[in-house]
Formats: sequence, C-alpha cells, structure tokens
Amino acid sequence: MSSESLASDIAILKTEIIAPPLTPQQLILRRFSKHRLAIWGMVGFGLLLLFIIVGSILVTDKKANEVDLMARLSPPNQLHWMGTDSTGRDIFARMIHGGQISLIVGFLSVIFSVSVGAVVGGVAAYYGGWVDTVLMRFTEAMLSIPSLFLLIVLGKYLGKDVQTITVFGHSYSGSVAIVIVVIGATSWMYLARIVRANVLSLREMDYISASKSLGASDVRIFFRHLIPNTMGAIIVSSTLGLAGAILNEAYVSFLGLGVQPPTASWGNMLTSAQSFIQRGAWWMWVFPSLFIIITILCINLIGDGLRDAFDPRSTRNL
Amino acid sequence: MWAYIARRSIQALFTLLIITVLCFILTRLSADPLAQYATNPNMSAADKAALRERLGLNQPMPVQYLKWLGLALQGDLGNSFFSKQPVAEMISQRLPNTLKLMFTYEIITIIISLFLGILSAVRQYSMLDNVITTFSFIGFSMPIFFIALGAMLIFAVKFKEWGFPYLPTGADIWDPKDPIEYIKHMILPVSCLVIIGTAGYARFIRTSVLEVLGQDYVRTARAKGLSNRVVLYKHALRNAALPLVTIIGLDIPGLLGGALVTESVYAWPGMGRLFWEYAQRGDFPVVLGILLITSSAVVVFTIITDVVYTFVDPRIRLT
Repeated sequence: MSSESLASDIAILKTEIIAPPLTPQQLILRRFSKHRLAIWGMVGFGLLLLFIIVGSILVTDKKANEVDLMARLSPPNQLHWMGTDSTGRDIFARMIHGGQISLIVGFLSVIFSVSVGAVVGGVAAYYGGWVDTVLMRFTEAMLSIPSLFLLIVLGKYLGKDVQTITVFGHSYSGSVAIVIVVIGATSWMYLARIVRANVLSLREMDYISASKSLGASDVRIFFRHLIPNTMGAIIVSSTLGLAGAILNEAYVSFLGLGVQPPTASWGNMLTSAQSFIQRGAWWMWVFPSLFIIITILCINLIGDGLRDAFDPRSTRNL
Repeated sequence: MWAYIARRSIQALFTLLIITVLCFILTRLSADPLAQYATNPNMSAADKAALRERLGLNQPMPVQYLKWLGLALQGDLGNSFFSKQPVAEMISQRLPNTLKLMFTYEIITIIISLFLGILSAVRQYSMLDNVITTFSFIGFSMPIFFIALGAMLIFAVKFKEWGFPYLPTGADIWDPKDPIEYIKHMILPVSCLVIIGTAGYARFIRTSVLEVLGQDYVRTARAKGLSNRVVLYKHALRNAALPLVTIIGLDIPGLLGGALVTESVYAWPGMGRLFWEYAQRGDFPVVLGILLITSSAVVVFTIITDVVYTFVDPRIRLT
C-alpha cells in the first residue's frame, strides 16, 4: 500500500471521526433528499412554478380575459395552443393566470388554516380544563359536518356580496379573498388535533418546567418552545394541506361558489367545461384538470417525502 | 364500557348542539329565503312582509333557532320554501337513491382495494407494487369531477357519436322505477367513485398489511414453517384489517350525504344533489335538515366505531 493512499485513508477517517454529528435538520434534509419520489415531486412543482411565473411575465392578464367571439370553442391550433373557451378566451393564457390564482389561494388558505389550527390546538392542550373541552368540542363539531357541505354553506354565507379588489395594478374578483377564508376556515381541524396531541406530551417535558421556573411567560413558552417542537408535524400537514386546499379551490370554483369569472382559476375553468363537454370541447376539460392533477400529485409526493423525513421511526434510506 | 358510552354520548350531545348552532347561523344568514319572490310582480311589499311574518322570519334569531330546534327534536324539520314539501319527506324520497349508489360504491371499492392492497404489500417494491402505488397516488390527487366529466365525454358522448352502445349521461329523462334503466344510470357514477375511493383505500390497506407483516409474531409463524398463504390470511390479515374497521366506520355516515359532485354531474336524484340544488336557492330548512342528519350520523357512528373496535380488537380497553 502506498503511503499516499494511506494518507488519504487517514484523512477520510479523520474527517469521519472529527466531523461533528449531523444536526436534526441535516438528518431530515438527508432523509428527504434520499426520497426519490419526493425529489421528482419537487422537480415537477418547480417546473410548474416556472411555467406560471415566466408565463405571467410573457402573457398579460389582459390577454387571459380577452373575449373573441369569432374564435369561440376552437380546438388547439397555432394561435391558441390549448384552444379557446366558450367566449373565445385563450385557454393557454388562462391556464397561466388561473394557475397563479389557484396557487395563491392554496398557499394563503394553508397559512390561514395552519395559524388557526396551531393556535386552537396549542391553546387547548396548554391550558387544558374547560378551554380544552370547549375548543375540542368545537373542532369535533366542525369535523362532523361533511367537508364539502361546510365549504358550500360557508361559501354561500361569505359570498353574498363580492367586490373587486386591486393589487399591484391588477384587479381581481373579491371572491379570491373569500375563497381563501372559506377554505382556510374549513380545514384547520386536523392540524388542531395533531398540535394538541403533540403539545400535550411536550407540556410534561422537563425543559418546559425549567423555563417555567425561570419565569418565562406563557406566550414565550408557547411560541419559543411548544410551536417549534411541533414544527415537523405542522410542516408535513401543511404540505398535504396545500394539496387539499388547491383541490378544494377546484371544487368550490367548479360548483360556482369559488373564484368568480372573469378572474380565471383552474377550478372555475372547469365549470364552463361542464356544459360544453357534451358538445365535444375536450380541451376545455383536459388542460385545467391535467394541471390540477399534476400539481396535487407533486405536492402530495413532496408531503410524503417530508413525512418520512420528519418521522424518526422511518429509518430506511438513511 | 357502559360508563364510557354514557360519557361519550353526553359529549356527543354537546357537539351536536354546537353543530346545530353553527349550521343555523351559517344557513339562515347566508341567503334571504324569500329571494325567489324578489322579482315577482304579483307580490307587493306588504305581501312579502305578511309572508315573512307567517313564516316567522321576522322574529329574533335566537327565537327562530330555538323554535327550529324544538321542532327538529320532534322530527319536524319544517317545510321547504321552494317546493313547500316537508323537508323530512323530501329527504326520505332521496335517501334510498343515495344509499343504493353509495353502498354499491363502498362494497365494490372495499373488495377491489383489499385485493390490490394485499397484492402490492406482499410484493413490496415489485413492478406490480410500483404500478399500483403510482395509480393510487394519481387517483388520490384527482378531483372527482375530472373523472366524472371525462367518463361522460367518452362513454356517453363519444360512444354515441361512434355508434357504440353508450351509457346514459343523466341529462336525459328517465324512469327511476325501471330497474334496468336504474342500473344503467348507476354504472358511470359508481365507476367514478370507485376509482377515486380505491386509490385511497388500497394505499391504506397496503400500509397496514406491511406494518403487520414486519411484526415478530408473523416471523414466528413463518419460522414454524407455515405456508405464506396461512401466514397471510390466518395471521397477518386479521390484524391488518383492524384499522380498516375504523376507516369504514367513519366513512359510512359520509355515504348518507351522497356524492355531491358526482350526483350533480350525472343528475342522480340523491341527497348530495338535493343539498346542492337547495343550497343554491338559499332554502335553509332543506339545507339545515340535510346538515343535521348527516352530521348527527357522523357523531353517532364515531362512537359506534370506537365501541365496535373493542370487540374486534380485545387488546383495546375503553376507559
């Protein structure tokens, strides 16, 4: 054995021995990057974001809402890559801007539902007693109403009068904001239960008693110790929640209670497809559905990878 | 055990009370029940006020709620504003259709997904498992209206165009009393529901079978020299089926509410469509009635599932 290779072996050994142990975050990252399907999900979702971001720079939202009755219901051609809808609007342009709306609705409603869920679950577990009883009965009541029914009823309730809102010079139907609230308000319950269960066990830990005896306030303990320690569960369930939110947007918009035209969303593009599918306008149905499916699939794959990565019991691929 | 059931029932009553308040506020305030008369030239403002008075809509909300609750507890869910029929009667007309559709779907789904789930667990990471996993992931990510509209396009519209024997869309008028017509109209909605349902169930069964197959007692059974077949069906499957009891138990009340989107797309005369039609009109007695029945079913079945679970799995003790 040459002295050179021996030296390099020693160098490797040294780094292996001396290298500090991986932090939990590094372990999670490593586990996640070994999850092949999740990486594919990331790639797919990245491409999708690229399509929407680059697309909205190249294609204006004016083009997406441009009505051309002469070209109505035309199948895909060079001018309209994905065909046109019943009023001659270009589906390709609407896919881009509809995607923007669908993703924004998804992200914001997840933020909404995660905040509500974390606070409700955390407060219920931390204070216990009648606070816990009342909050958990309320959570249970919300969970007992079939979710689509709840979405519809809440959508009707909040969607009585809709105004147009203007953000950065683009005007959107106020229904976008309503949909975010409706989806957020109907999907925080599972997370509340998960957070509650986690906090219940964390509450008894020594380091919580330690910070209590050092005089830390409830608020500090809550946000500094309890929430960060349930972050894994929160991240996983909000990723899967994002998929659910986008799907829910599609459902409520499909039923005509969601994002109102002319503002496009993948869901409401399908509403109009429903009446024209009998006449064979397949492109009105295929493209929005395909994008919804791919988006949800990618997010679900990422969520699956995250769940495996955060779950210390799943030791495979480590 | 009985103490547990009693305690859970009291909790459930409390939950149900919250449900009724919540639903009442949301449905009662979401739309004006007299909106359908807004454009009616034969109704003067005085007529409308009189009608409002007669229907009790001018009373304070808490009074309206208590009156509705009092009647609902006696089984009277009020009358629809639109069809003028008693809500309980409307629901009992629609319920059999929904139950036929949903139970057919549930049974077919369980059979297919048991088969697929066990198959992909036993041959974990094989080609077959990968195919089944991929399909269940895609099915899981699919909104039901995608399949519903697609199936309608292909099997109803295009098949008719191409001169093949085609399935009815539901848009045409049909007689629900004719059993052959009935089954024909059921094929497409049931298939759509089965595809989506199987995706979730099969994945779930795969996970729970895999979990059981990795346990010590299965290894012991194998070490004793039992055949794979006996190990799987006599030892593993019994325990793997336990979580399935919970899932099915919690899904059954959901069947009552029907499949809103599928029923609407295929014009199936069930509960989901009834809910949707009357929710659009803001006809709150109907909407409230359906909400009350379906969510009570969920609450009751949650308790039943927990109790049944102790019979199938004696290791669990309710306290």
